[in-house]
Amino acid sequence: MSNIVVIAEVRGGQLKRPSLEAATAALQLASATGGKVTAIACGANLDAACAELQKSGVHQITAIEGAAFANYSGDAYAKAIADQAKAAGATGVLMAHTAMGKDLLPRVAALLEGSITTYAVAVSFANGSFMATKPVFSGKATMTVRALKAPFCVTLRPNNFAAASGGGSAATTKVAAPGGDLLAVVKEIIAAGGGKTPLQEAKVVVAGGRGLKEAQHFKLIEDLAAAFGPGVAAVGASRAVVDAGWRSHSEQVGQTGKVVSPPLYFAIGISGAIQHLAGMRTARTIVAINKDADAPIFKVADFGIVGDAFEIVPALTQAIAAIVASK
Amino acid sequence: MDIVVCIKRVPATDATIKIAADGKSIDTTGVQFVLNAYDEFAVEQALKIKEQLGTGTVTVVTIGSKDAQKELRDTLGRGADKAVLLTTDQWMHDGASTAAALAAWIKTQPCNLVLCGRQAMDSDNNQLPANLATRLGFACITEVTKLTLENGTFTAERDIEGAREVVTCKTPAVISCHKGLNEPRLPSLKGIMAAKKKPLEEAAAQLPAATVEIVSLTLPPARAAGRIIGNGAAAVPALIEALRNEAKVL
Ligand SMILES: Cc1cc2nc3c(=O)[nH]c(=O)nc-3n(C[C@H](O)[C@H](O)[C@H](O)COP(=O)(O)OP(=O)(O)OC[C@H]3O[C@@H](n4cnc5c(N)ncnc54)[C@H](O)[C@@H]3O)c2cc1C
Ligand SMILES: Nc1ncnc2c1ncn2[C@@H]1O[C@H](COP(=O)(O)O)[C@@H](O)[C@H]1O
Repeated sequence: MSNIVVIAEVRGGQLKRPSLEAATAALQLASATGGKVTAIACGANLDAACAELQKSGVHQITAIEGAAFANYSGDAYAKAIADQAKAAGATGVLMAHTAMGKDLLPRVAALLEGSITTYAVAVSFANGSFMATKPVFSGKATMTVRALKAPFCVTLRPNNFAAASGGGSAATTKVAAPGGDLLAVVKEIIAAGGGKTPLQEAKVVVAGGRGLKEAQHFKLIEDLAAAFGPGVAAVGASRAVVDAGWRSHSEQVGQTGKVVSPPLYFAIGISGAIQHLAGMRTARTIVAINKDADAPIFKVADFGIVGDAFEIVPALTQAIAAIVASK
Repeated sequence: MDIVVCIKRVPATDATIKIAADGKSIDTTGVQFVLNAYDEFAVEQALKIKEQLGTGTVTVVTIGSKDAQKELRDTLGRGADKAVLLTTDQWMHDGASTAAALAAWIKTQPCNLVLCGRQAMDSDNNQLPANLATRLGFACITEVTKLTLENGTFTAERDIEGAREVVTCKTPAVISCHKGLNEPRLPSLKGIMAAKKKPLEEAAAQLPAATVEIVSLTLPPARAAGRIIGNGAAAVPALIEALRNEAKVL
């Protein structure tokens, strides 16, 4: 028997959805190992997040709570979580591959002297070994590894597992957040304007490229994203338009930008260079709009329209808005 | 400040990846290798900090094959003082054992700051800097897009989902560098000449037992060929139909 820990990400008192996806993977592993799943959360006030975690079907919840943990601290969270993971008898520790997950889990793995695999798309336990599968070489190959050292620590790509919703009545154990000096201190969190949907969590990504000709024409892209309704779609950009200064690098999709895997991706006026594909080829459905019928983007797109984005996108925006309004 | 920069030699971003006969590694024939793009930001930042302080050392280290001499020389040409190649024949995809070996080596060096790239574009791990910092007991800030150093305190900015974090730390620290941090300089002709006289040391990497082993390396399934729905705005209704009834995403 071996227990699995899932680290739940809480920001501003809110449980982040990718944590529930990680809980799904944790529950799958635990049913293979015959162990239990403990969710561990850190924060200042965790009651709402714990109530949500209870609905996920995890077996136990450990809330490391205190004013000192109001902001994320990689060193303090890692130490507190590693102690609790040891107490839970964890042979596997999972977390979503978010800004917090990729910063935190490698530290937890180091403290636990475990193996660490990041950005996994599948995990399993068979014949006494944990295995993980992840894209490598910018998605140009897929690697499966077997863990040789316990615990097995893994971050999981968001939008890849369903959110856990198994229900249950997991008990919550509260642990006081340890005080002490922090090595690195978060001084400030500057919110991006207008409560935008984070690119990597968006269900729909509408990305624009140099085919839009000018920065101000990105209004077309923003309008299409907005048509899906609040909180659904995010705007993405090719590197060409980021380098041109039309959009910020935080919106860049690709090998040197963000890797996204939404259910629906629009590539508008984007040629489909290999470095761009590296950031979006695992989207479930890809739509390309490009005036060049030979553009490489059409080789990966599920559906394409050949033609002028300036004519097609407004019509598409109208059609999407009508569907959303009728729901 | 004594700065160690960790770099990796990786396939160029436009390289075609083919799987070798063993099914566990890539066939490197014809593949062009380069200095990992994010490590260029790390090298540049180290040189800038040395310039700002007017004193200090920049030592560049990699765990890799003998071929990585080329990438190390490149960083010497940009202005690093010394390069160290910890040799191995293995492809370093195992982040935990790479971090352990680097930590053991760094502990033998004068070092108050370690600069890394955010991610190596071969194994795409994005894990080594935080793992390494924890082993060293150093402060750590990852994926930094802005960095200042004033009175011995680093102030860094990093993107998180929907926001930016401002984080401070003192040395000793590990900082991983993201695009936007700086504009990497290229080796100058003078720098390349000077680099020939700079030390490039080699020693066998002291790697601990592997923590993960590759079971298989495969090419991802090709996406099923898509289809062109039509031309111009007239094709929009057919696209909506396909998204609703075929892809079921609307
Ligand atoms: C090391 C390295 C890393 C890189 N990383 C990234 C990365 O992370 N992300 C990334 O995106 N790129 C990256 N690139 C750049 C990449 O190689 C391409 O240069 C870039 O993706 C091109 O952007 P684009 O498709 O917007 O522009 P272009 O290639 O110029 O394509 C514009 C497209 O718009 C179409 N078009 C023009 N007018 C219209 C119109 N009116 N209506 C419809 N379509 C129209 C054209 O037919 C064309 O296909 C990287 C490159 C390197 C060397
Ligand atoms: N074999 C290696 N030798 C030296 N530094 C490395 C090595 N592998 C990774 N790094 C450093 O760690 C960063 C992140 O790599 P990774 O976590 O493997 O994606 C890289 O950008 C390098 O700065």
